[in-house]
Amino acid sequence: MIDWSGYIGLILQGAWVTVELTLMGSALAVVVAFAAGLGRVGRFLAVRALATTYIEFFRGTSIFVQLFWAYFVLPFVGITLTPLQAGVLALGLNVGAYGAEVVRGAVKAIGREQREACVALNLTRYQAMRHIILPQALPLMLPTFGNNAIELLKGTAVVSLISLTDMTFQAQVVRAQTGSTLVPFATILVLYFIMAWLISLGMRWLERHVTRGLDGVRI
Amino acid sequence: MEWDWDFVRQIMPTLIEGLKITILATMLGAGVAAAIGLVFAILRMVAPAPIARATSFAVEFIRGTPLLVQLYFIFYVLPDVGIRLPALVAGVIGLGIHYGTYAAEVYRAGIENVPRGQWEAAKATNLTAPQTWIHVILPQAIPPMIPALANYLIAMFKETPLLSAITVLELMNQAKSIANSNYRYIEPMTLVGVFFLIMSLISVFFLRWLEERYARVDER
Repeated sequence: MIDWSGYIGLILQGAWVTVELTLMGSALAVVVAFAAGLGRVGRFLAVRALATTYIEFFRGTSIFVQLFWAYFVLPFVGITLTPLQAGVLALGLNVGAYGAEVVRGAVKAIGREQREACVALNLTRYQAMRHIILPQALPLMLPTFGNNAIELLKGTAVVSLISLTDMTFQAQVVRAQTGSTLVPFATILVLYFIMAWLISLGMRWLERHVTRGLDGVRI
Repeated sequence: MEWDWDFVRQIMPTLIEGLKITILATMLGAGVAAAIGLVFAILRMVAPAPIARATSFAVEFIRGTPLLVQLYFIFYVLPDVGIRLPALVAGVIGLGIHYGTYAAEVYRAGIENVPRGQWEAAKATNLTAPQTWIHVILPQAIPPMIPALANYLIAMFKETPLLSAITVLELMNQAKSIANSNYRYIEPMTLVGVFFLIMSLISVFFLRWLEERYARVDER
């Protein structure tokens, strides 16, 4: 009979690494998404081109390839990253590229008359974006951001392949040590599902929070 | 370390071999996903309530967990109950089930977007159920689904490197083994990236064309 308590502890340690990765990756992704998404609708050609290249590149190649590239190729050009840094970087930049398209779509979806009203009121571009466009665009972005966050959570499993001790990695360790396959993999499947469920609960709460007071306003 | 074109020429045939497996896995996975998606969609729409609810939960569960772990599950757990699958078959089934859940949503949305009036008109003109589906509902439901399905096909293509984790010798795995045996990572990893970028840029253009061709049914 196998004593599972120690092994469950191992998987829970891995679960914490997965949570950390998801939080840090999401933080980076949000920053990058707004930078690239707003850059792509901005007025400078160079910024637009840069943002478009970034978005197409990271959406066009898979997270797995980007992760391996960050971990194995960057050291040869003098940038050595720990597995955690490589993981956060690849996940953040990958999901950030998808998020950037969401930001762009939401900003574009705000009606012309809103922009015209900003011009009529003599708001600067920054004021218009900060006080008029973004507050209306944000509720449009949130549901898709929630899906993206779940995609990011699912993406974290891939970092186990660059020897980061996340939940999937620990499940493999448990499998190697006990020879049992069902218990570790079923456990982490359930844990991943609970995490995804928590994310969607959290996003729904956030949605309610930002749309409060917008009843009756077209969103 | 410098970029070495001779090395690139030397490893190209191996990578092309891997690329073939990648494309094969994508195509087979797409077929399985299309079929499984249909099963999920039908179960959710027409099966009795408990089965429909169970299917909904299964779909949510599969969508909320990582493909990599599902692949491990299929590849490592199933042999314990006596189902021993070759790596490629396990990979194709994993891809198929995972993306089948996404395809199911597309089917459901496509069918639900056909206006009620069409169903009523079919009934009023005394069409049988198969006639209603074949001549009225599906011709209107399928064209808007095509771009969405193609989108998931591209997404699935980009997920195939995960199959290397269960020992399928696809593009990523070939690149890794070249990199490990020569200790040169720059060329194989970059080439894999370039391959994927080229393939997905081509497919993005194809997708735009599909969208223009099929997505605007009402405007025709």
